[in-house]
This record gives sequence, C-alpha cells and structure tokens, in this order.
Amino acid sequence: MELKLGEKASLRQAFGEVLVELGEKDERIVVLTADLAGSTNTDLFAKRFPERFFNLGITEANMMALAAGLAMSGKKPFVSTFAIFAAGKPWEQVRQAIAYQSAPVRIVATHAGLTVGEDGASHQMLEDINNIRVLPNMDVIVPADAVETKRVIHALKDHDANPVYVRLARAPFPVVFDDSYEFEFGRAKVLRQGEEVTIFACGLMVHQALRAAEILAAQGISAEVVNVSTIKPLDLETVIDSVAKTGAAVTAEEHQVIGGLGSAIAEALGEHWPGRRASPLERVGVRDRFGQSGSAEALIEHYGLTPEGIAQAAIRALERKRRR
Amino acid sequence: MNGEIEALKRKAYQLRRDVVEMVYRARSGHPGGALGMADVLTVLWYKFLRADPQNPAWPDRDRFILSNGHTCPILYAILADKGYFPREELWKLRKLGALLQGHPSTAHKIPGVEFSSGSLGIGLSFACGVALAGKLDKRDYRVFCSISDAECQEGQTWEAALTAHHYKLDNLIAILDRNNCQIDGPTERIMALEPLAEKWRAFGWEIFEIDGHDYEQLISAFEAALKGRGRPKIIISHNLLGKGVSFMEGDHRWHHGAPSDAQFEQAIRELRLAASSQASGIGG
Ligand SMILES: Cc1ncc(C[n+]2csc(CCOP(=O)(O)OP(=O)(O)O)c2C)c(N)n1
Ligand SMILES: [Mg+2]
Repeated sequence: MELKLGEKASLRQAFGEVLVELGEKDERIVVLTADLAGSTNTDLFAKRFPERFFNLGITEANMMALAAGLAMSGKKPFVSTFAIFAAGKPWEQVRQAIAYQSAPVRIVATHAGLTVGEDGASHQMLEDINNIRVLPNMDVIVPADAVETKRVIHALKDHDANPVYVRLARAPFPVVFDDSYEFEFGRAKVLRQGEEVTIFACGLMVHQALRAAEILAAQGISAEVVNVSTIKPLDLETVIDSVAKTGAAVTAEEHQVIGGLGSAIAEALGEHWPGRRASPLERVGVRDRFGQSGSAEALIEHYGLTPEGIAQAAIRALERKRRR
Repeated sequence: MNGEIEALKRKAYQLRRDVVEMVYRARSGHPGGALGMADVLTVLWYKFLRADPQNPAWPDRDRFILSNGHTCPILYAILADKGYFPREELWKLRKLGALLQGHPSTAHKIPGVEFSSGSLGIGLSFACGVALAGKLDKRDYRVFCSISDAECQEGQTWEAALTAHHYKLDNLIAILDRNNCQIDGPTERIMALEPLAEKWRAFGWEIFEIDGHDYEQLISAFEAALKGRGRPKIIISHNLLGKGVSFMEGDHRWHHGAPSDAQFEQAIRELRLAASSQASGIGG
C-alpha cells in the first residue's frame, strides 16, 4: 500500500501488511482472530502462514486466555478483533490471563470509535482506552494514521516484557505523516509548535487537531499540537512542558471524555502541575453518551469531533486562561 | 398445499423484497442471514406469536428476542408490515437520526424490539431472564429467542443453555439459524459445531430439527414446541443463507454487503417471480 500525505489510507491494512513482514522474520509470531480475519486484515498473514494463524470462531474470551498461554510458552501472539470484542467482552480474561500475568500478548483492535459508522452503538467502542488503561502492566497505543500504524506494529515485534493494546479504526484516516516519521514508544510528539494553547490528540483527532490549529492561526491564535499516540505510559515530560509554556490545554479523542486521553491528561496536569495557577483544560470527545448508526462523516460532525469543534474548545480554554 | 401455507410463503417473499431494498438503500447491512430466516420468522410472526402492534408493551405479549442482531432487516420488515411503525422508516435504516439502527436497539425505542443486540452470544441469557420473570409473575407469555449457529461458539450461549434447563424454562423456545455460515467462511471450517443437535440434547433441551424452508415442517415444529412441558425447546432450522436470491444463496460472503444496482434489480425480479409462482401453485 502506498501512503500519500493528505490522502486517506486504511490503518488495518497497514497492520495486516506489516504483520506479514514480521512473520517472515520471526517464526515465533502467531496471529489469532475470532471470525474477523477479513475485517482485521489478518487474512494476509493467514494466507502466508496458515500454520501460525488461528481463527478461533466467535470465542473472544477463549481467544484472550489462549493467547496468554501461547505468550507464556515462548510465542509472540498478535490478537486482533473489533475493539468492543477485544476490550469489552473478554475484559476479565485480558485482566486475569494477560495483564495480571504480564503475558506479552499484542492486542491489535480494529473498528474502535464512532467511525465504525452504520453498524451503530453496539459496535462503536468508545470505552476501550479506559478499560485497558486502568489495567496494570498494560500499555496503550493509538496511532494517528497508516504511517504511524506501520511503525507501531514494527515496534511491537520486540515488545516482549509486558502486554500492549493498539487501537485502530475501520474507516481510513487521512495520512498526516510522511515516510520519515519515527515512532518512539512512550513519547508524545509535538507536531506543531504554538504559544497560547496546547491541543493533545490521538488517532483520527490528530488530523482534526492539525486543521484546528490552522483555523486558530487564521484568527491569530497560536496553538501547539501534540500527538499522544502512547497513552500509557504517558509522556509526562512533554505534556507538562507544553502546558507550562502555553497555559491552556485541549484534548481530542474518538472516545468517551471519561476515562480516555482527556482523563489521562487531566490526571497528569492535576497531579504533576509544577506551577501555582492551574491551567484550564477542555476535553473534546463523546460526552457520556452512546453512539448510533450513521456514516462515519455524519457521526464525526454530529458528535462535534471536528476541527471546528476542537478550535472552539481551544477558544473556551483561552477565555478561561484570561479569567484566571 | 393449502391456502394458508401459500399465503405465508407469499408473505415471506414480500418481506424478503423489503430486506433487499433496505440493505440496498442503506448501502450496507446484512442480507444473507435475514433472507435465510424469512420463512421461519414468517411462520412464527404470522401464525404463532401473540402480539398486538397497537400495544407493543402489552404485558402478556409473547416476546421475540433477536440475539443474532445483524439479521434485523427481516425483523424490521415484519414489524413495519405489522404496523409497529410506518414503512417509510425502513428506507432510513442505518442513517444518522433514523429510528432503525444497524442493530436492534431498545435505547432508540424501536417499537416491537425487545432487546438491544449486535454483540453475539448475549441474547439467550436475556431471554432466560424474561422467561424466568414470566414464571415468577405467573404470566403465560412465551419467549422466542432467535440465535445464529456461529453464536453457538460463544461460551455464554452454553451458560444460558445450562440455565434454561436448570430452571425448567419450558416457556422458552430458541430458534437456531443453522445456515452453516459465518463471516470468515463455513462454520465447520472456522470452528466446528457438529454434532450440534446432540450438544443441545445433552444440555437437556427438547430438539426439533427441520428444513427451515418447508412450511409443513415449520408449522408442526412450532406446534410441538409450544406443547412441550418441563424443559426448554430449540428448533434447529436448517436455513439457506440468502434464500430466494440466486447469487446470494449459500455464499457466506453475503453475510454482509449491499447489492449493486444490477444485483438489486435481479434480486427483486427473482423474489417477485418466486412469490407469483407460489400464487399459481407452482414450485415451493
Ligand atoms: C461477540 C461478537 N463477536 C464478533 C462479532 C462480529 N460478527 C458479526 S456477525 C458474525 C458471525 C456471523 O455468523 P452468524 O452469526 O452465524 O450469522 P450469519 O452470517 O449466518 O447471518 C461476527 C463474527 C459480533 N457481532 N459479536
Ligand atoms: Mg450462520
């Protein structure tokens, strides 16, 4: 798959393709899915390495514990299904067999967020960052586009000490990084320097945040944009340094505002704020509601996860900063 | 063939046309399972189910719980035909702000929908709860629960199976869509289920195994299942995924996906033809 800046590209296809590359290099890599080989693009790996691929049917709880068994027997399992069936249905199996035992399972969940679209609320996982972030030993990564997805999946090959959850989507996202982009686990990246407000974003919202910064620039407001692709462990240094500079923060995520990136940043600012006067924080995300059917585009509009929505949140944060 | 069966068959073909048109207009959705279940659900809804479309909350209504929620186009077609909501709603399926969600939703207050499904393997447990409540309240409603064959891979289905037997839920009738298909391929290739009837029998259920497109078998299975006392019942209905649309029949890839313009026209033509051959007594 060729990736061109600004054009839309599938994260799950990027995942599927890199998985085959990894499989060529390391025969300890095994791949598991639950009747969603085609939808997760793990069918690419299945075709190349049928003997190292396990389609377990619709048995997600079984799959998670089984993956832990493989991991603790020297294999490097990648488990892939929809986010709701990875971080929802088998949550306690993930907690008990994977997180508690720190079994190095790589869970790569697709179809997270509202952009699942027409299937509706049952399939739109808006709580997965929350569910996984809370578990000890689990890392959480949310790539912003197909380029970052490739880098992340490559990095997972050596992620052997503890388990990790990667959040991908169904809808293709605009490519925001060129081919020179490097992913560094545990580091948030400043993508655009600014002085007055920091926008922290993950996933699709990174693209929206970059456009929001342009809207703000046109109004004479200087916004910094930070890609927080590693949500856990959170890069405290980058987060605190940026807000210490700008004095106002916005978070943007395709997730409930409760428990996700917005909460992680609020926790960080609340607990580690060095200065006297706290900085205002505005969270953009889904506000304690379920999703619904609709096209991905219509839903993003409806729930306000747009560049305009982020820009308005930035202006609210700035107004609060002035009133401090 | 008697007139009642002919009329039911025509009804099933009419509902199938709605299913295809809904998915076509929505440009997404799940036609295959829905078409395969059209006959069994027509017999249930138009001959056996006690319900009042004017009063969807009637406490003594029979409950129909669709656990394999992706097949909802057939349920929505039935509910519209029965007058639970206006037919125009069918053509807004899956659009932002629509009543009819991509999977059944009580949160959206869809009249006639008893359970929010979409995540497989949950509905039979919910149905056990509804059946237990009926026993506690000494109400004589019956609980019909549709499940898919791939749902029999979920452990929870078997937890519910144990429970229904343990509590002697003879007011519960499960209807199993045995079409041998799931998303990634044939069930027996993905995660084998056979011998499936023996599993349900071993769990203490009374089994009725039938050809889901044979109306005489369907009717006698429902009649017998409604009589059985002391344990839960399951109608294992051997259905053909995509039944009635030649290019969908038996092809698991039509689990989901919308027909193109040409495919839509062909499907409607085939379904009309099949319906009219029912009317003239040919075929069946
Ligand atoms: C718990 C859960 N896992 C995965 C899915 C995704 N999914 C939707 S339908 C389906 C399987 C389809 O097989 P079946 O239920 O037999 O339906 P059919 O294709 O025969 O209509 C899967 C895996 C889901 N909805 N729920
Ligand atoms: Mg099936």
